[in-house]
Amino acid sequence: MKSPKLELKNLHIARKQHPILRGISFAVQPGEVVMLIGPSGSGKSTLLRAINRLLEPPQNSIQVDGEDITTLPVTELREKIGMVFQQVSMFPGTVAENIAHAAALRKSALPKDRIQELLEAVSLSPKFAAIQADQLSGGEAQRVALARTLATNPEILLLDEPTSALDPHATRQVEETLLRLNRERGLTLLWVSHTIEQTRRVGKRVILLNQGEIQAEGRVAEVLDPDGPYQKVLDFAAGEDIRTISS
Amino acid sequence: MITLPEFPLDGLERIGAAAVLILISLIISRWREADLEKDLLIATVRSFVQLIAIGYALEFIFNLDSPLWTLTLLALMTTIAGRTAAQRGKKIPHAQWVALASIGLGSALTLGILVAVNVFTFDPQTIIPVGGMVIGNSMSVAALVMKRLANDFKEQRNLIETSLALGATSQQAARPQLRTSLQSAMIPIVDTTKTTGLIKLPGAMTGMILAGASPMEAVQIQIVVLYMIIGASAFTGLTASYLTYRQFFTPAHQLVE
Repeated sequence: MKSPKLELKNLHIARKQHPILRGISFAVQPGEVVMLIGPSGSGKSTLLRAINRLLEPPQNSIQVDGEDITTLPVTELREKIGMVFQQVSMFPGTVAENIAHAAALRKSALPKDRIQELLEAVSLSPKFAAIQADQLSGGEAQRVALARTLATNPEILLLDEPTSALDPHATRQVEETLLRLNRERGLTLLWVSHTIEQTRRVGKRVILLNQGEIQAEGRVAEVLDPDGPYQKVLDFAAGEDIRTISS
Repeated sequence: MITLPEFPLDGLERIGAAAVLILISLIISRWREADLEKDLLIATVRSFVQLIAIGYALEFIFNLDSPLWTLTLLALMTTIAGRTAAQRGKKIPHAQWVALASIGLGSALTLGILVAVNVFTFDPQTIIPVGGMVIGNSMSVAALVMKRLANDFKEQRNLIETSLALGATSQQAARPQLRTSLQSAMIPIVDTTKTTGLIKLPGAMTGMILAGASPMEAVQIQIVVLYMIIGASAFTGLTASYLTYRQFFTPAHQLVE
């Protein structure tokens, strides 16, 4: 058994005394694609933010490669664990400047061929490099955001509903890109998804969160089975998000 | 020595005669149904009482000629300015301290430099009115910077966190917002300085000419006042932006909620 790439041990997060995550424990193996699903407010985004330390987790509750993340230099940790947000924000400037953002933070330049390679990795043509980032469509922007994150050579990608704003065609393209990166580079993916269909398409293993706790964890087919735990959460949960999922 | 021009009226008679303009304003307000009569009267009475009171206070302190009293009055002015500016940054944790420290530091540094390089002497007649100008200006700058930053940190949260997630330090991630806040505070005074004398004669100069100083004397002081206000804006703006920024980020480069 390989040692886990990412391991959560009894993670608790509260905001203003209100518990958001309650005792989350799971492990993700190197190169695994793990889907995270659950109704809105179940704590999915908070979980990703804690792993990226955009929120401070308690000591010894999250380990990457066996090391407590609160003991690692946070800027290095964030280069190792890339994060793609649900709502894409582009920095002012060109696509190339956006992709080179992390390099510019370290006062180094990203070579042109590396930018081309990253654009190619997210299925965008090289001519995109010179385009102003605010001119991109939703799907293009999401892929540029992905290329921008890949520029730091992350080993783990945290994906917070990366396709929720995209049309079906763009959604498929982003999915294919991510799965290819997983296959070719062994990139570990922890992927919050807002649809059952996507979870079925891309994941093997799924974790179902509900009210800050893990309700179920296992193979996609088992958790999403019509008589399985996901249906039970659906039956109890009230909310727009979940109703769109069930339809 | 400044010789005062001869005015036909003096004291209360003069103020009373000028108040004819208030009377006209009241009539206009009533006639055009602007419904400002009550506010106008309150403003007139308040300004009269406040200024007469400060006149007595200043005479008292000028006569004492004590550095301790001068500093006490400056500290009091700074405190009031701090409380006022903090109103604009209510969403900022410890807004009172941020405003007070920015205004205090910006004003102290500006006045300190002016005294150190012998532009002004530290006597109450000079330092209190000059200090009032510096502190008042610093108050507007601190309020602008705090309001702008609190707003931008909230509205551009996603962009800032995107940068943090790419490995930026909090200072790197907040740099665009810090720059904009300082610009927003400095641009008005830079623009005013550019057009000064072309559009209207600035207040200090007008006052000096009315009090009998020669135009060249008045201009000299006015130039010093403009430089002083630019300096105070820069110091206060920088301090306010740094201190506000510190309230929004943790040592682990996280943007607080």
